[in-house]
Amino acid sequence: MRMYHVVEIEEIHEEAKDVRTFLFRDSSEPKPGQFYMIWLPGVDEFPMSISHIGEVKGFTVKKIGAGTARMHELREGDKLWIRGPYGRGFEIIPGRALVVGGGSGMATLAPLIEMLPNADIVIAARTRDELLFLERFRERKPWIATDDGSLGFKGFATQLAENLLQDREYDVIYTCGPEPMMLAMVNLARKYSVGIQASLERYMKCGIGICDSCSINGYRVCVDGPVFHAEELFSMTELGKVRRAPSGRKEVMR
Amino acid sequence: MLEIELNGIRFRNPLILASGILDESGETMLRVARAGAGGIVTKSIGMKERAGYENPVVYELPDSQGLLNAIGLANPGIANYGEEMRIAKGGGVPIIGSIFGSTPEEFAFLARRMEEYGADAIELNLSCPHAKGYGMEVGVDKELVEEIVGEVKKSVRIPVWAKLTPNTHDIVGIAKSVEKADALVLINTVRGMAIDVDARVPVLSNRFGGLSGPCIKPIGVRAVYEVRAEMEKPIVGVGGITTGRDALEYIMAGANAVQIGTAVYLRGLEVFSLIAKEMEEWMERNGVESIDEIVGAAQRR
Repeated sequence: MRMYHVVEIEEIHEEAKDVRTFLFRDSSEPKPGQFYMIWLPGVDEFPMSISHIGEVKGFTVKKIGAGTARMHELREGDKLWIRGPYGRGFEIIPGRALVVGGGSGMATLAPLIEMLPNADIVIAARTRDELLFLERFRERKPWIATDDGSLGFKGFATQLAENLLQDREYDVIYTCGPEPMMLAMVNLARKYSVGIQASLERYMKCGIGICDSCSINGYRVCVDGPVFHAEELFSMTELGKVRRAPSGRKEVMR
Repeated sequence: MLEIELNGIRFRNPLILASGILDESGETMLRVARAGAGGIVTKSIGMKERAGYENPVVYELPDSQGLLNAIGLANPGIANYGEEMRIAKGGGVPIIGSIFGSTPEEFAFLARRMEEYGADAIELNLSCPHAKGYGMEVGVDKELVEEIVGEVKKSVRIPVWAKLTPNTHDIVGIAKSVEKADALVLINTVRGMAIDVDARVPVLSNRFGGLSGPCIKPIGVRAVYEVRAEMEKPIVGVGGITTGRDALEYIMAGANAVQIGTAVYLRGLEVFSLIAKEMEEWMERNGVESIDEIVGAAQRR
C-alpha cells in the first residue's frame, strides 16, 4: 500500500536543545497528530509525528537514540525515506480548547494549534532551553511552565493547566508529552468534566497495526491512535504506569 | 454453520488468528476474540526474552500484494507469558500456544509451560524463515522435526500442531515426518527479500524476511492440496487468506480450518467477521450446510 518515498531536506532549523526541524516537500496529505516512519538506510527506522503541514512539511526531531542522533547529522540536500502518513490524528471539536504540550510533545501539537486560532496554549518543559516553538507561537501568547522555574510558571504543565481549568471554561483539552504528564491531564479532564484527546507515544516497530509492540490495553498506538479520546484514555489502566519492552515484556514505568 | 471441531476442540468458526500478528499481549488477543476470530494462535514464545531485530522489520508491498517481515521472533520469554495467556483465555475462544526452540528438549519444556498456562493446543513453529538456529533451519531437517514432535507429544496431553515451512522442495516428505502431530499447519511465510533501489540496500535490517499475504496464496493452496492428497490428518491452511472465497479455496484444497494474518493489515480487525459473513453467503447460495462437507472437495482422487 505505502512503500517508502524519498524526500529531500530543504531546510534545517535549530529549535531548542537537541531539537531540530527538517523541512521538505512531498505530495502526502497528513492531518495533525498523524505520523510517518522515517528510514535512514543502514541506520534505523523510527516513527515521527508531523510538525509542519502544508506545501512545505516538517519533522521536528529530538535527539534521543541512535536513529535520531544520525538524523541530526544530516544536512540540507540530504534525503529521507519515509512511509505514511499513518494513524488517527486529532479530531477538531467545536468550542473552547486548551492545548498542553510537554517537551517535544509540542512538535505533534503545533500543526493542530495552527488550526485552532482561539485555543489557549501551555508550552512546558523541564527547563527554559527545552521549551519548543516559543517563537512560532509568540503572537498566540502561550502560557509557559518550566519545572525549574527558569521561564514562566515554576512547576509542572499540569499544575498550570489546573489553574486555567479552575478559572476558565473549556470544551476540550488536546495534549502530548511525557506519558505521566498525559495521565495527569486525563485525570484533570475527568475531574473538570472536559473532553480530552491525547497523542500517545510507545515503542513502535511495524507502524501498520500487526506486530502488537505498541499496544496499550489492547489499543494499537500506531493504527487505533496515536490520538486517543476521553473514554479510551479513561479505560487504559497501563497509561503512565506500564510499558512494554521491545520483547513485549511488561515493565513498570519509573 | 461455520462451527467446526478439530482435535476435539470446538471452534465457533474456522478462522483462527495466525501466529505473529497481534498476539503478543493478552489484551490485544482479547480484542481479536471479540472481533470475531474463531481461535487465536499466540506469538511464538521461546525459552528467553528476545527483543527481535532492529527496524525496519516490515516492508509493505505495493497494491496490497502482501508484506515482507523479519520481526525476529521477538517475545517476552515463556516465564513472562502466563499473565498474557490468562488474560487471553478470557476471550472465550481456543488459545493455541505457539512455541519455538532449538532442541526437542526446549520444545517439550515450552509446551509443558503452555499447557500449564491453559493453552488449548500447542503449535510448533518449525518454520520461521528468518531467525538463525530456529524455525526453518530446524524445520527442513526431517529427523529433527520428527524427534521434536515425538518429545512434545510425550510431554503434554493437549493436541500438538506442527507448522511447516514452504521453503523446501519436499513439503509432503516433511509432513510425513511429523506423522505424530495432531494437525499440520500449512504454510509459514515464504523466504524473500526487498531492495530499495534508491538506497541500494535491502530494506529489512535482517535483509531476509518472510513473505505473506495475497501473493503467497497459490503456494499455500498447493501445499495443502499436495499434503491432503497423501494424508488424512487435520490440516490448518494459512497463507494469504483475505476473503471468504480465499478461505473456501483452502478448505476445498483440504484444510479443516484456516488462519488469518496479513489480512488484519489489509482489512482491519473486522476481517474475521467479514470473512465469516462472506463464507456463509457462499454456503447458503450453494446449499452447503457445514464446513466438513467441502473439506478437500477439489481433490481429484
